[in-house]
Amino acid sequence: MTSLTASSGAALKTYSVLLVFLALKAAGNASMAWGMKQVPERMSMNPALYLRAMLNPFVAMGIAALILALLTRMALLSLADLSFVLPVTAIGYVIAVFLGKVFLHETVTHQRWLGTLLIFAGAALVGSTSPDTTPSLEDSK
Amino acid sequence: MKWVLVAVMVFATVLSDLLQSHEMKRAGEQSVSARGLARLLHVIAQRRLLILGIACNAVSFFAFMALVQTEPLSFAVPASAASFVLETLLAKFVLHERIGARRAMGALAVLAGVVLVGG
Repeated sequence: MTSLTASSGAALKTYSVLLVFLALKAAGNASMAWGMKQVPERMSMNPALYLRAMLNPFVAMGIAALILALLTRMALLSLADLSFVLPVTAIGYVIAVFLGKVFLHETVTHQRWLGTLLIFAGAALVGSTSPDTTPSLEDSK
Repeated sequence: MKWVLVAVMVFATVLSDLLQSHEMKRAGEQSVSARGLARLLHVIAQRRLLILGIACNAVSFFAFMALVQTEPLSFAVPASAASFVLETLLAKFVLHERIGARRAMGALAVLAGVVLVGG
């Protein structure tokens, strides 16, 4: 009974961190895409171009959100397997396509929406399995 | 050029994910509170492979910046999922995570969806 409560608590924690990650990633991607399209110089191998692009406020906000998303994702990887984290965060692809259509006015075809449904189905299937299957190294000591 | 950027982004992401997952499992559970993040930064500073993982992430990130400048977000983000099959296989064979039939099916459905979205 105690272990059942503990495991549902751990699952709640995992899904909360997942939600924070998805929100940061979506906002970061959209802000970055919007900002980069306003930057006049085309990016190349020259690092100075990327640094100058970061002066655009939307690019800067996008980067800040994506750095926080990276840290959140690392926390998520400490709670769950990569093979759980990867498919479940695929919901982010759907969110990105949606934001692309609504905020960036991109054309989204029927084929893209069909793909979106498949991603939802797959992510739900994976989300219904146990998040962590590898024993932690400390347990095995 | 856009496929070169996609390739750079995908390979850098795969390497970064493997290094991060491997090192974070060794570091134990982390939280996202303010104190948790400070501790997380401390963990990062102590682990060289984790720093290499973050460097790969930066390379992938710059490729993504260049990609969204010229391509729609609804192409760039799904294209990044090309890393998916490679990563799941590596998660199984390098990180020794157990991939059950249900997870494998879910992962394949996500992959098929991502291919359609990107096509």
